[in-house]
Amino acid sequence: MPTLTIDDIKVEVPEGTSVLQAARQAGVKIPTLCYLEDVQAIGACRVCLVEVEGAKTLIASCTQPATEGMVVKTNTGKVRSGRRTVVELLLSEHEGDCKVCSRSADCELRTLAEDLGIGELQYTGEKTKRLVDQSTPALVRDTGKCISCRRCVTVCNEVQNVGALFAQGRGFATLIGPAFAQDLSDAVCVQCGQCAAVCPVGAITERNQIDEVWDALEDPTKTVIVQTAPAIRAALGECFQYPPGTLVTGKMVAALRRMGFDAVFDTDFTADLTIMEEGTELLGRLKKALVDGESVALPQFSSCSPGWINYMEHFNPDMLANLSTCKSPQQMFGAVAKTYYAKKIGVEPEDMVVVSVMPCTAKKFEAARPEMNDSGVQDVDIVLTTRELGAMITQAGIDFRALPDEEMDAPLGISTGAADIFANTGGVMEAALRTAWAIVTDSAPFPFPNLHVEPIAGLEGVKTASVKVTGAKGDWAFLEGAELKVAVAHGLGNAQKVIDQIRNGEAEYHFVEVMTCPGGCIGGGGQPRFTTNEVRRKRIEAIYKEDEGRELRQSHENPAVCALYEEYLGAPCGELSHDLLHTHYYEHERV
Amino acid sequence: MSEEVKQCSCCEEEASEEELLARLDEVIEEYQGKPGALIPVLQYAQGIYGYLPEVALKRVALGLHKPYSEVAGVVGFYSYFSTVPRGKNLIRVCLGTACYVRGGKQVLDAIKSRLGIDVGETTEDRLFSLEIARCFGACGLAPAMSIGDEVFKRVRPARVPEILSRYNEVDAEKEGVVNVAG
Ligand code: SF4
Ligand code: SF4
Ligand code: SF4
Ligand code: FES
Repeated sequence: MPTLTIDDIKVEVPEGTSVLQAARQAGVKIPTLCYLEDVQAIGACRVCLVEVEGAKTLIASCTQPATEGMVVKTNTGKVRSGRRTVVELLLSEHEGDCKVCSRSADCELRTLAEDLGIGELQYTGEKTKRLVDQSTPALVRDTGKCISCRRCVTVCNEVQNVGALFAQGRGFATLIGPAFAQDLSDAVCVQCGQCAAVCPVGAITERNQIDEVWDALEDPTKTVIVQTAPAIRAALGECFQYPPGTLVTGKMVAALRRMGFDAVFDTDFTADLTIMEEGTELLGRLKKALVDGESVALPQFSSCSPGWINYMEHFNPDMLANLSTCKSPQQMFGAVAKTYYAKKIGVEPEDMVVVSVMPCTAKKFEAARPEMNDSGVQDVDIVLTTRELGAMITQAGIDFRALPDEEMDAPLGISTGAADIFANTGGVMEAALRTAWAIVTDSAPFPFPNLHVEPIAGLEGVKTASVKVTGAKGDWAFLEGAELKVAVAHGLGNAQKVIDQIRNGEAEYHFVEVMTCPGGCIGGGGQPRFTTNEVRRKRIEAIYKEDEGRELRQSHENPAVCALYEEYLGAPCGELSHDLLHTHYYEHERV
Repeated sequence: MSEEVKQCSCCEEEASEEELLARLDEVIEEYQGKPGALIPVLQYAQGIYGYLPEVALKRVALGLHKPYSEVAGVVGFYSYFSTVPRGKNLIRVCLGTACYVRGGKQVLDAIKSRLGIDVGETTEDRLFSLEIARCFGACGLAPAMSIGDEVFKRVRPARVPEILSRYNEVDAEKEGVVNVAG
């Protein structure tokens, strides 16, 4: 355990700690750009320069290990001017205009320039080559703003195991992007937006669809309704300076109403519906395997996360049969809204516009998939990220913090706590187990305290649990004594680990939940920046609080979902459900 | 006659394409799972094809379980690798110390501006490709360059157009002469 001195503060740190981490431990702030906690420390940008006693030159603190007796200074004239030079050079190459840049409010480069007191630029240099890639429904890339920090490369390759991005070319001409500067739509990219979530500047952002929503809201011939995903309520507040983990459900509803939506609904509603369908599907698969002796694909993989679906279609197409055929809650909502609800209010599906607010960029891609039109028209019309909704509320001149709390509209705004927890890793599984248990045992007490399946909660990359079935009744008596094994993974790299385990016969599961983004949807590519593990934990806490504060916490108890089955769908996994709520998958090339 | 030729060359091409891939697959198999395999496999691939076509690069990416973007990134990083077929005549300009000091760089610049290509590139008519060499062992007569197997010594930038034009003419008349000098 080396002890070192940073700006006269003595700190003892574990072996292998970097000077940067040691400084953070000591409460000393060192600016960074390329560094990404727990993900990347490569010493590329050299913004984190410090002076180390005995060293001739300034040293990048993110890659410098702390050693015994080291004396570090972070605030000397030499350090300040060194950092300033680094940032000035970056700005001199930068092809961007802060005045009209979507990142100006939360750009790390612009903030750094301000923090370092850079007024005027001394250097004028050749600008970074500007290629604007608008080829995908989810993301826009602008290489002119890229500072080659490589955060996106590391996240895409190492966290997501996709590898759509890499450094192309060399020297000053290096561009970060897909192979041979091709468009993202020609590369294998799952549209997760984790690159956009970590990019410090405006070089990768979501495709902005705000104006499409304003246009729809102003069109008198359209009935415009909105659904908000479970993860939004725990993060939207950050756009209005609330601390991470502040629940703003009521204010969010109030804001949407003031923006002019004809009805404010909840993706939670179809999250509950998903549990009914997906849980029934799982029990059906188990029955086929154990009772009828049919060959069915097990484990069943969850299918709520569209980045994960894209990933499976490209990287594990031989296991597509394992994916639940259930659409994601977003798409179930669109299909139900433009059929059941449209009929109820006497509106033609083509006169209805369904807007979603999602923590996710892949949802933009998903909504645009050609098969997502079971209502006869595109089921979900426009998808906004949490960040875009924040920007829209600001554009509308709404004082968010002063809003009262309001309630979602009925019937598609009615939900249970089981739907809330869809927002975080482990939540879909927990919600499914709550309801599956109730179905199988005819509502015997759930075998985990407070309805929480502790072993699958938290930020561990892969989590597993096993549940022994006792008290199985009726049709499900065959499950008595069975050990139900489940796994939960978040981040596609972790998901691949589970798949490899299954392939190699190292592990056997019945049900696997995968969420594309680290932490689940609360850490989605469309959430307010910046999402650290600390922020993830706070948002997750908030979501569990939302769940625990509810009277109804199990999907099968949702009265509006029960009514939907009674009035319209029939039984879960029935014929109409199949047409509206289920989908199929397509094999794609891996390269 | 032209019909016949077309048919033949088409059949031949198809067969040889498969054969090339088969040879590449052998190399990939040999290197699979070994650390640092990418660069040597790309070198072999370039040896097999003469350059690195997309089909080969994708095969390498799949075979070595590397993202295509990474394979492309490595190819783009080393000027040794080329994704376009080489020109008929490979020009190599020596930038070893002696040649550099005696104006090798100026010779290189003259070639670049004459042909309108950069190092590692090929002219649109596929007549010339340009590369840098380290040393020909002709230091006493620096700066040196070679085209194909022919070495030119004590090259002055002003002579570049004349040297290049020989290959243009040779090509126009009929090939065959180019390699005689070797
Ligand atoms: S990316 Fe940042 S520095 Fe660049 S134009 Fe946008 S706000 Fe300004
Ligand atoms: S969206 Fe996801 S898969 Fe696509 S480039 Fe970004 S990180 Fe990679
Ligand atoms: S796109 Fe953004 S994250 Fe990626 S290298 Fe450029 S600046 Fe960094
Ligand atoms: S943050 Fe240390 S070099 Fe970029």
